[in-house]
Amino acid sequence: MNRKTFLKGLAGAAALAVAGLPAFAQDTIKIGEINHYKRMAAFAEPYKMGIELALEEVNAAGGVLGKPLEFIFRDDQGEPGEAIKIAEELMTRDGAVMLTGTILSNVGLAISSLAAEKKYLYLASEPLADSIVWASGNDYTFRLRTSTYMQAAMLAEAAAKSDAVRYATIAPNYAYGKEAVEAFKKVLTTLKPDVEFVTEQWPALFKIDAGAEVQALERSKPDAIFNVTFGTDLAKFVREGTTRGVFDGRTVYGMLTGEPEYLDPLADEAPEGWIVTGYPWYDVTDDANKAFVDAYQARFNDYPRIGSLVGYMTVLSIQAALEKAGSTETEALKAAFKGLELDTPVGPITYRAIDHQATMGAFVGTTALKDGKGVMVDWTYKDGADYLPTDEEVAKMRPAN
Amino acid sequence: MGFFIAQLLTGLANAGALFMVASGLSLIFGVTRIVNFAHGSFYMLGAYVGYSLMQVLPGMVGFWTSILLAGVIVGLIGVIVEICVLRPVYRAPELFQLVATFGVILVIQDLTLMIWGAEDKLGPRAPGLAGVVRIMGEPIPKYDLALLAITPFVALALWYLITRTRVGVLVRAATQDREMVGALGVNQSWLFTGVFFLGCALAGLGGALQLPKGGADLLMDFNILTAVFVVVVIGGMGSLPGAYLAAVLISVLGVFGVTYMPQSTLVLMFVIMVLVLMVRPYGLFGRPEVAGEHGQVGEPERPIKPAGAQVRMIVAAGLALLGLMPLYGSSFALVLTTDILIFCLFAASLHFILGLGGLVSFGHAAFFGGGAYVAALLVTYADTPMELAMLLAPLGAGMAAIIIGWVCLRLTGVYFAMLTLAFSQLLWSLVFQWGEVTRGDDGLVNIWPSSWASGTTVYFYLSLVICVGGILFLRHAAHAPFGYALRAARDSARQAEATGINTKRVQWAAFALAGAMAGLAGGLFVFSKGSVFPNELEIARSFDALIVVFLGGVKTLAGGVVGGVALEGVKDVLTRFEYWRLALGVLIIVVVILAPDGLVGTARKLAERTGLLRTPEDSK
Repeated sequence: MNRKTFLKGLAGAAALAVAGLPAFAQDTIKIGEINHYKRMAAFAEPYKMGIELALEEVNAAGGVLGKPLEFIFRDDQGEPGEAIKIAEELMTRDGAVMLTGTILSNVGLAISSLAAEKKYLYLASEPLADSIVWASGNDYTFRLRTSTYMQAAMLAEAAAKSDAVRYATIAPNYAYGKEAVEAFKKVLTTLKPDVEFVTEQWPALFKIDAGAEVQALERSKPDAIFNVTFGTDLAKFVREGTTRGVFDGRTVYGMLTGEPEYLDPLADEAPEGWIVTGYPWYDVTDDANKAFVDAYQARFNDYPRIGSLVGYMTVLSIQAALEKAGSTETEALKAAFKGLELDTPVGPITYRAIDHQATMGAFVGTTALKDGKGVMVDWTYKDGADYLPTDEEVAKMRPAN
Repeated sequence: MGFFIAQLLTGLANAGALFMVASGLSLIFGVTRIVNFAHGSFYMLGAYVGYSLMQVLPGMVGFWTSILLAGVIVGLIGVIVEICVLRPVYRAPELFQLVATFGVILVIQDLTLMIWGAEDKLGPRAPGLAGVVRIMGEPIPKYDLALLAITPFVALALWYLITRTRVGVLVRAATQDREMVGALGVNQSWLFTGVFFLGCALAGLGGALQLPKGGADLLMDFNILTAVFVVVVIGGMGSLPGAYLAAVLISVLGVFGVTYMPQSTLVLMFVIMVLVLMVRPYGLFGRPEVAGEHGQVGEPERPIKPAGAQVRMIVAAGLALLGLMPLYGSSFALVLTTDILIFCLFAASLHFILGLGGLVSFGHAAFFGGGAYVAALLVTYADTPMELAMLLAPLGAGMAAIIIGWVCLRLTGVYFAMLTLAFSQLLWSLVFQWGEVTRGDDGLVNIWPSSWASGTTVYFYLSLVICVGGILFLRHAAHAPFGYALRAARDSARQAEATGINTKRVQWAAFALAGAMAGLAGGLFVFSKGSVFPNELEIARSFDALIVVFLGGVKTLAGGVVGGVALEGVKDVLTRFEYWRLALGVLIIVVVILAPDGLVGTARKLAERTGLLRTPEDSK
């Protein structure tokens, strides 16, 4: 009996899998988009909206290669194993021509490994981990967003200009936090060899004990603090730090702190005077950027986050690659992505042939309070191309194809 | 000195919310014997409800009213959950209710997202308590001091309620022997509902009270869950003073850990838990579980018997159908079936110790992920061929199971479960933290099969042979004398020992076998996915297997496998929709209520009632 039920279950699952969805008629160009729409809803939703805006624009202008462009959105629950399964389904059953997406670096790395093995093209849109293009880089993976190293290097450059010598760092205890601290230390000590790192704090991701961390920072009496915490950790850190006065008379350098996703929830308690990377959409003046912001606000009755910008640029990148390749074949697309140049709301970017990293930059500025909410002022856009290691270093880090 | 005092105060303030949530969980467990996985969700609800109330109720009075109201509202939500979801399943096998609470987690997650949106909410500051007080020169937030004062007050109120009132007498009586309380004419239903209200209200209160120190976000339910479990276990399940002491201990040590061992943030809690449980197996103030109390709830289990000729024929036909799948199935169907097969082997291995051995492990992912990591590390550092790595994966996992089993089997019941949880967390944090070797959460990538097995079809056949072989082997073990000894140890350790069975050794061997089989599944998993990350060692993975085993039916041989197929199949369909968590949660709750014996057990009963299957009475 038990086996009978077992069997029925298996047969049922098999039937389900076989019957499944019939293959769609091949009248659109499909892109498989995998993300953590539930697990990281606050980040994935603006990203998806950015994609939708770009898709509408692209398709209103006649699509790509004479066909409409279509994204198939799938939720991977934030699980690498699940993402691999979905990637296979998108590529073998749904007829996607390439894959994109993910915010979490580990999911991005899993898809990247699959891409190399199965020869699928993967554009890692949002994951920040340096290893995606370097230590674990491969021929079939490209990455759009300004990486951890690049953003940390921009902040380190700003820090090198100050008088501060004693630095404390606080970063979530996982790969992104460690990479950011490592990159910041490396670039800063190169630019200014006499700096000293007096303490390193490693709160568990999203489980920060802010009071204790702030006390530990205070105890080491640093001149400046390098902050990598984000999300709820950042909110707690800022509140405890402000209450206990740990930021008084110290400059804080904050990775991603200026991104609306992280700055806006802080509302009128946003820290002032921090030097951060972020996205001052409210302030952009140049035409391309302004056009994007206006179109986004008109379409969604909401303002863009950094995720929206990345989503929008993901579609632009794929469109440009398809047009350059003139085909949807993986090998042609791969060749097209290498050295691909395109114009985006933040200016022209290039997908570097050497490591497949796009030269998308970041906005670096100082935080301030305006009308009861945090904004970035005195910001400049730093081109990502200027904040990457030398080609020799990159070649050394990246495995040979 | 000032610094030391400041740290102590910070730790004590942190203990506040933790104590409230933990005491609620402890109360619920003590009286109803339900391990409420959804307790973190009530904490999250408390924060969101409190946040919304504070937006409308102004000033200092409004602030504190909001916190109290949040507790009451969350308590009422708890009552609804108890009446609608848990009442129908109290008579189900022990711990079955945790499946229902898992469904509740999913439902609450999606409802919260729908109501409050995705963006994190920053909690408002407490009016009048925004600044700091200088104590020996160190700044101490005023709100921390308020928390310091409130927590003992709540603890005392609880203590009064439990020790000085009639309700408290009933609660204590139920904690000690709920059957006797029922026999003495106390309305158990309302007692349970009342305790659930109190427990959930405390969780909600904890969530609302921490608002000025943080806020409300969608991840806080799972984020606090492990800490709460740790506190409850260290304190002793069902003990309020224990929960208080443990909350203080964990929080204060945590604060000093941050200062003196900044890298320890992930492990410290679990190290403390393991140490405490080694010295005091039932927590600081817990008492040994009374034998029999947890034994068989509901009707007695039927003896298992080998499948008859007819069933064997059907199984063979089914396997043939699966074997021919590459002829009629798409490439993705093969990928999906491979996934399901691997998961079924994992679930079957847990079912082996849980169903047959009565050993509820909350940390079975340690062996699944452990096996996966053994294989991946071998490939990464020694270029081990797939065949050898796949052989060593179960061996490595089995070794780990021998060690962990040796420690954990000193305990029984829920304490055993919690200790396995602690060990799997230790293993997880080891993998997570030891970046030089394991690459932390960047994981190990490019672990692909040997070239002969790299095709989807070949790998499908490989998984089919290994997984079906493994499952059949576990079934065979169940029918062997070893399986009989294992069930004897589960049903009555004393009688089993009297007949000359070394129960501990039998359980230990079963634990190791289950670990090895989970490791085998892990080895298959890593080569099918090409990479492995610490996720595979996480609590969530252990819970996946646990849910599946209960859903399929603990008391049936095929429970793990059927549950695995059902849940993975349903998930694959549902995750295509936007609110899939809500749908999956509701589905799980419905299944739990309709099929309290698990899918297999309930199907069997149904078949017997309709005459499709002969009942044991018929065949006599």
